[in-house]
Amino acid sequence: MLYNEPSPLETRVLSRRFGMPNSASIDTYLATDGYKAFLKARGMKPEEIIEEVKISNLRGRGGAGFPTGMKWSFVPRNSPKPKYIVVNADESEPGTCKDRLLMEYDPHQLIEGVLIAALSVDAHAGWIYIRGEYRYLIEIMDKALNEAYHKGWLGKNIQGTGFDFDLYTHSGAGAYECGEESALLESLEGKRGIPRIRPPFPAVVGAFQCPTILNNVETYCAVPAIIRDGGKAFADLGVPKAGGTKLTCLTGHVNKPGVYELTLGFPVMKMINEVGGGVRNGKKLKAFIPGGSSCPILTGEECQDATMDYDSMAARKSMLGSGGVVVMDEDTCMVKAALRIMRFYAHESCGWCIPCREGTTWLRKILTRFHEGQGTRSDIDLIGDLSKNMLGRTFCPLGDAAALPTISIVEKFRQEFEDHLNGRPCPFEHAGHMVTV
Amino acid sequence: MPDSVKLTIDGHEVQAAPGTLVIDAAKQAGIEIPAFCYYEGLTLQAACRMCLVEVEKMPKLQAACTLPVAEGMIVRTETSQVATARKYTLEFLLTNHPLDCPVCDKGGECELQDMVFRYGAGESRFTEIKIHTPEKQYSPVVYFDAPRCILCFRCVRICNEGMGVGALGVINRGAVSEIAPNVGDHLECDECGACVDICPVGALTSGAYRYQTRPWEMTHVGTICTHCADGCKTTLGTRNDRILRGNNRDHSGINGEFLCVKGRYAYDFYDHPDRLQAPLVRVNRKLEETSWAQALETVAKKFNETLAGGGSFGVIGSNHTTNEENFYLQKFAREVLGTNHIDHHRTGDVVTLLDALSGQQDKLATVADLYQRKAILVVGADLAIEHPLLSYQIRANYRHHQARIYVVTPGPVREDNYAAASVRGHEYESLREKLKVEPELVILFDDSVKGDGVRKLVDFGESLGIPVKYICLVDYSNSRGAVDMGLTPELLPGYHPAGQPGMHAQEMLAADLNVLWVVGSNPLKAGASRKAGFLLVQDMFLTETAQQADVVLPAACAYEKIGTVTNVTGEVQRLKRGVNTMGAKPDLEIMGFIAREMGVAAKLGPWAPEIVFEEIRKTVRGYQIPLPVIATGGAAQTMPVNGRIPVEVPSGLVRSDHNGLFDSGTLGRYSKVLNSVIESRLSR
Repeated sequence: MLYNEPSPLETRVLSRRFGMPNSASIDTYLATDGYKAFLKARGMKPEEIIEEVKISNLRGRGGAGFPTGMKWSFVPRNSPKPKYIVVNADESEPGTCKDRLLMEYDPHQLIEGVLIAALSVDAHAGWIYIRGEYRYLIEIMDKALNEAYHKGWLGKNIQGTGFDFDLYTHSGAGAYECGEESALLESLEGKRGIPRIRPPFPAVVGAFQCPTILNNVETYCAVPAIIRDGGKAFADLGVPKAGGTKLTCLTGHVNKPGVYELTLGFPVMKMINEVGGGVRNGKKLKAFIPGGSSCPILTGEECQDATMDYDSMAARKSMLGSGGVVVMDEDTCMVKAALRIMRFYAHESCGWCIPCREGTTWLRKILTRFHEGQGTRSDIDLIGDLSKNMLGRTFCPLGDAAALPTISIVEKFRQEFEDHLNGRPCPFEHAGHMVTV
Repeated sequence: MPDSVKLTIDGHEVQAAPGTLVIDAAKQAGIEIPAFCYYEGLTLQAACRMCLVEVEKMPKLQAACTLPVAEGMIVRTETSQVATARKYTLEFLLTNHPLDCPVCDKGGECELQDMVFRYGAGESRFTEIKIHTPEKQYSPVVYFDAPRCILCFRCVRICNEGMGVGALGVINRGAVSEIAPNVGDHLECDECGACVDICPVGALTSGAYRYQTRPWEMTHVGTICTHCADGCKTTLGTRNDRILRGNNRDHSGINGEFLCVKGRYAYDFYDHPDRLQAPLVRVNRKLEETSWAQALETVAKKFNETLAGGGSFGVIGSNHTTNEENFYLQKFAREVLGTNHIDHHRTGDVVTLLDALSGQQDKLATVADLYQRKAILVVGADLAIEHPLLSYQIRANYRHHQARIYVVTPGPVREDNYAAASVRGHEYESLREKLKVEPELVILFDDSVKGDGVRKLVDFGESLGIPVKYICLVDYSNSRGAVDMGLTPELLPGYHPAGQPGMHAQEMLAADLNVLWVVGSNPLKAGASRKAGFLLVQDMFLTETAQQADVVLPAACAYEKIGTVTNVTGEVQRLKRGVNTMGAKPDLEIMGFIAREMGVAAKLGPWAPEIVFEEIRKTVRGYQIPLPVIATGGAAQTMPVNGRIPVEVPSGLVRSDHNGLFDSGTLGRYSKVLNSVIESRLSR
């Protein structure tokens, strides 16, 4: 994939090597301060590393936004069991395409982040769980791992520091569910990808029943910068409760879609209009998904003074999520958007628990029928009602992820459902293009 | 950690041990929290979401099946929020569930039906097309109807965890997930049917039972399986004198929910077309059907003539007949026929074990001990194949209590998968250091350990310095009872010496006896010719032995009579009559009729099973067991003989048949299900 034109409004910390010639090679990495943070961390105590990460206000970039330093501090370092580091590279949230760039253009930054995490809990082995569809990335990562082994940045006695670490890639098999951390661990262990009962959390009982740090690719990639430049410098880039930058995947109806590294707290409208070059064809903004299809959808009006950070989105009853921004213009059929989202979740529901397994499929069937012009007025309430009764009752957050956007679409765009009953089958068919999520 | 925590469930104060799950704590308080996937003894799932309850200070509804109790916790199970959640879960479930309850095997005892009745909505809002897939056959005894499946994964867990087989898994994803064999399109398993039994709906159905009846049309008779020696309780579902189903419906008995393929399906020999339903008498070298009166007269006449002429008798008893029948038979032989030539096929050296343990108390393990004791040593036997219940108990003990299992067997066995140590061969001495540090031990051994081998093993066990209990493995449903009841030439009932020992079975077959009387046994199955002048056989089928008989009297099977049997661990349980087969009579009645016809009935006493059992209780050592226990379907262990057995028993006679999962001596040949399972494996 070709990397998009950078925007002058970006703050390039994690993506600073993007666009450099041979940016994925270890030589480029070493020539640009690569692995210096690891050597610095090697001289620090584990608790100092964790403290630095806490100071940075780094929050998990996979979507849930859990404070990373706190997560690492939950690992029982005095446990007699081995500790493991697992990288969640199962990037499958619709609209999200940042981890692939981080791995494609700067794989060593990820490896260094993993090494620092390993130092903080005295782990000596780790896996990068890469989604099966990212086959080409597995090759890139394997090449980077080979380089790192070859140059002594992985394996026994790394750079003479006496620290041993082995890192492996592991391919997913095409399940969205395996992006959920405990399902990922099951899959990593060779089992069916279904989530585990928690507690215990992976920090205590993770991969192969051992304490495990499990974070998103982007989270690990932020760690070298935090150690190199100090947690405070990273924290200062963002807003008070969330430090640093976020790789934002600007998709949908914008003129310049792409992955942009923006500071946390970046205004939404500025992002759409200045970074993304505005809504395509000068159309009006109808709806906005802030961070992957699991987030409740926002209307154009709700976006006006919103900023891209956890609190601002929470105040609007949505989430910052994984950074998969979807912009929808005024010609977008919201029923079809809801259907497209539900088709995804019905297809990806693992089948473990009843409300998600049956609920997503039922909703997909209703929405399909509704969009084809076979809907009834009672269907509108039924869609909302079923979603609300799926919410919070499922085994893992996948059910919530399916319910939340649906509830928000039915509530905020109810008129469009009504319009479908009158202008059968779909009043937007004439517009000629549909949002592709 | 405190001994117990206090919590409130629906306003009731409940005390529970720390770690107890809310669903169990509620059950203790008499509050039922509905659930599909939660199943006691299996791993937790939290998949069905039926058990969601409201817990104060928790933002969302919580799954009671995975939530441990906590001090001061306030749980509500019947709020409107909970009721709504249940209603929706059931509505979701019914979206793809076919409403074919009128023809479904499970209708009437279906957990989904019950739940919808109690918690479900009156009508469905689902108007879309349901997902349908055709029914599949996974084995001769297991069919799968995917649309009915609610994916509670009980079957997957019971197969994997309970049976240690792991033949079932899940394929596909989401609403089209299906339970499927892990290998190919068929089950590579024990064919035990536990998956069918544990299925809360009619998704997994039994090849033997499907579309036969509605559950409420059956009468349920709890009796004891007549195949191996483990003594599982099996509940026969009968209708119009036909057995339609075997399962352990109420999970009572020593086996709880466990049954193997024989206990669940192999009752079907009882209506095999070859079943004898009229006595046969040899006329002009051919066996011809005759009346009971005629046949009994022929036998009585022959017996009385032989007695009067000072002729010789030999008696061979059975491993399957009841204690009452065995007791009456040996009494008949010794007191009427005046002979000690009485024997049966001995399958384990019980006698030497009891002698080696003389003077000690509490040395014989029960089936329950295998689930509770901290360490188990298996010597010789492939338990999962030959003694499925004992294997199941040990597996459950390992899963629930982390028991240490030690295995000394000639070849690989299923127990290896979770054994603390496995030794190939027969030498258990190398385990001494490991066993010495165990707090307690149960030792099981098969017929590879006999005679002095048993004494050596007991010496080994007693030298470990820890409490050790023993189980001598035997083959059949009343193998142990046959020895206890004195079906041996050397010993009377209760292991009293028999004075001058008579001939053992092999000697009787080789000797020129005037009369040989074979009850429920097939000693000539290897093809030898009879030597005796007159051969009387009581059996269900025209076995190799019966084919050579002068008179064959058709016998009832264990499911057609009452009485008691003693299992491998010495636990006495009661048989109940499930059905009647026209023409066949219980062996006890046949013997009684012979005695009456001979005019010696008064000498032997009444032949009612209850009265004979009273005599056994009064006269046989070890059988002073409490009647209420067995009368209510329980098992009472006989007490070991607490003294030397001053008789040398030739241990060479002990020979186990080592029946596999799908054979059961001569009886197994007449089971359609066992044959079909064997055939399906051969055709793979």
